Amino acid sequence: MTIDAASLRSRFPTLGRELEGRRLVYLDSAASSQTPDTVLDAMDRYYRFSRSNVHRGVYPLAEEATDLYEGARTALARFVDADPRGVVFTKNATEACNLVAYSWVRARLGPGDTLLTTVMEHHANHVPFTYAAQACGFEVRHIPLTEDGRLDLDVARELVADGTVRFLAVGHVSNVLGTINDIPALSALVRDANPEAVVHVDGTQAVPHLPVSFRDLDVDFYAVTGHKMLGPTGIGALIARPERLEAMEPFLAGGDMIRDVTLEGATWNDVPHKFEAGTPMIAEAAGLGAAVTMLEELGMDAVREHEVAFTGALIDALLTVDGLTIHGPTDTAVRGGAVSFAIDGVHPHDVGAMLGSKGVCVRVGHHCTKPLMRCLGVAATTRASAYVYNDLDDLEPLVEGLEAARTFFAR
Amino acid sequence: MSLEDMYQDVILDHYRKPHNRAPSLEGEHVHVHHSNPLCGDEMDLRLRVADDAVDGLVFDGEGCSISQASASAMTAAVLGRGLKDALDLTEDFRRMMHGEDPARLDDLEDAIAFQGVARFPVRVKCALLGWMALRDAITTYERGASAHTVTHED
Repeated sequence: MTIDAASLRSRFPTLGRELEGRRLVYLDSAASSQTPDTVLDAMDRYYRFSRSNVHRGVYPLAEEATDLYEGARTALARFVDADPRGVVFTKNATEACNLVAYSWVRARLGPGDTLLTTVMEHHANHVPFTYAAQACGFEVRHIPLTEDGRLDLDVARELVADGTVRFLAVGHVSNVLGTINDIPALSALVRDANPEAVVHVDGTQAVPHLPVSFRDLDVDFYAVTGHKMLGPTGIGALIARPERLEAMEPFLAGGDMIRDVTLEGATWNDVPHKFEAGTPMIAEAAGLGAAVTMLEELGMDAVREHEVAFTGALIDALLTVDGLTIHGPTDTAVRGGAVSFAIDGVHPHDVGAMLGSKGVCVRVGHHCTKPLMRCLGVAATTRASAYVYNDLDDLEPLVEGLEAARTFFAR
Repeated sequence: MSLEDMYQDVILDHYRKPHNRAPSLEGEHVHVHHSNPLCGDEMDLRLRVADDAVDGLVFDGEGCSISQASASAMTAAVLGRGLKDALDLTEDFRRMMHGEDPARLDDLEDAIAFQGVARFPVRVKCALLGWMALRDAITTYERGASAHTVTHED
């Protein structure tokens, strides 16, 4: 099944809008994807017809709400090929990374230990761990980049050689460079040096775009967010091996996460509920379930195939612009759909403003990757990122806007 | 108002041929460094004072066309003005960027061209960067200090 982006667009209300008198061209899905009608309907149905709290309700309405919420957990587990007992709902991937940083890393790593990460991490997968390092006194080492924006595995091998690396935090796909990191190779490299090492992956930019099997990746933790995979904002998940979750202390305490409570203390509920304190995001879970259904109907192999074809055309189109340089790999086989670039002598904010005035939405700035910006020697980049609803029709307005920016701001 | 209208010829002229852009200033009294980490904008402003007036003023830095052009127009408008007068003009510009009518239309000189930027809220901070650096440079001088670094977080 190939994806027919043009007909798919009618399912996304925002994409039917005009901006500045032109058809809206949305090339910022790496920041947040658009929301299809089925996701909106699923959230609306909960609020209109099944509105009640989850768990412990004995009346049918509450059972419906519980089914929606737990059904979304089952759907997400199936989608990423994981055990539902290992799916903890969070508000986003950032919270999932924090859960790991607080409940696993801070409780276990200290002086003499090393946490290995990379220079290309999103702040969500960087700051929770450097913050933990400051509090706990372990060392953080960073895998650098090769010339073409991939992780330098030769240096990584040196970084793990002393056997002190107990934890690896790495993104699956870079939100700036587009690089798809070889997770099995990285896990093997870390575990060869220390068989007890634990691997945490930020899957934010991978799960929406690639077929992902948590079981096949053979990692310990995997962070996911809903709003980049056609779902609503306000819901994400930590995917984990259930036995890892069982070994962890709770991060947030309160209602729903307990087994018994006395005046003096409490015991914890089973996983994953132990990590879900308080009333959860029920409508958002229903929406995420509908998003998973849509992606399953499209087929993740087809989604990836569409991304490879579009990204190849996008890179070719970008390179027709004089003075444009792409940051990151240009081989579509090893990259995702986020393409960052620079235009000689034109500041990204001016590029973004010019494109915006022509109805083309791209992101400009540091993309929450300030250490990576420093490595690239830039303050900001312009980034175009596509999804299932983009096709070749979107390239002409993009290139036209870039040419306009280049000539308008030429010095 | 279109984007192209916002960038009037005046703004583009200052962007392409900035006034008083230099990495150093002979006899400087104050050097302030302002940055906005969200945009990656960096602004160095150097001030020399004589007889309580702006005797020398140069800027240098990196940023979008609006921030660079606005800093250029600012230096041209305030050079030679008394420190108090320059602060007053800064306040007039700041109010203009928040949608109020400027009281000192003629004194703002080319900076008046940035009035339209007020309608693009995300760019207002760009237009203000040089002016806020000026205000900081003057107050730093008045405190008797010679350097100050400010990070703008919005």
